[in-house]
Amino acid sequence: MDISPLFFYGLAGLAIACSFWVVFNRNPVSSAFSLVLVFFSFAGIYALLDAHLIATLQILVYAGAIMVLFIFVIMLLNADIPSFDLARSHLFVKCIAGFISVLLFGLFTWVFQKSPNSRALGPFTVEAIEASGGNTQVLSELLFSEYILPFELTSILLLAAIVGAVALAKRKLAGGRF
Amino acid sequence: MKVEPWVVLSFCSVIFFIGLIGVLIRRNILIILMSIELMLNAVNLTFVTFSKQLQDLGGQMSVFFIMTVAAAESAVGLGLVIALFRTLRSVDTDDIRFLRE
Repeated sequence: MDISPLFFYGLAGLAIACSFWVVFNRNPVSSAFSLVLVFFSFAGIYALLDAHLIATLQILVYAGAIMVLFIFVIMLLNADIPSFDLARSHLFVKCIAGFISVLLFGLFTWVFQKSPNSRALGPFTVEAIEASGGNTQVLSELLFSEYILPFELTSILLLAAIVGAVALAKRKLAGGRF
Repeated sequence: MKVEPWVVLSFCSVIFFIGLIGVLIRRNILIILMSIELMLNAVNLTFVTFSKQLQDLGGQMSVFFIMTVAAAESAVGLGLVIALFRTLRSVDTDDIRFLRE
């Protein structure tokens, strides 16, 4: 693929380092902030891959909305104290998790490298997308024509999520435990 | 020097498995939710890479819907964390044992 190797490897290295920091860090607040860095490097890689709308949405939705929600909850619960839970989990579980991950990563890489690219290419070449008005316009036209049913169903999902989140986070219901 | 598609896809699986390790070995429920976000992001990048490689925008549409589901998931998940913290005064998954007692 014709993407800049310098930018790709830089962003990929940053993302891998920061995701290790997210997982193996004691303090939830610094985990959350390294997760923001991971999201930004992912947005950079989306932009490299010509997915401009997705790159913008990544910053707005993930780095904007979801991370603010996370940090807000951490601050609300006063949970920004170091948690020493890594030392408590069994060495056996850690070994199994690491072993399975490395094994499956090797398998995935092998499959990605060896699998033949025999599928017919679609109509959306870079030139075709440029000619019909850019990534955002082409995606929007698809969203409101071919993908209109999933788009409308998304609104029901969001409504259910709003109702669920409010019901869960509300103060005590009468007589209930929560 | 060119970046081959399988290099980008392998990078996605690195991030995915870091997230998986996080879900398996951490006990802090906030970190577990963050690891799930990492895994969802890795899958999104896989979709975008295939969309670029196969010149088909269906992958980018899938990412659009996955982002919506991820936002809904983290809102409900953090609501659960708040409810849990109000009951147990803790965000540790080892303290959740109502069903065991």
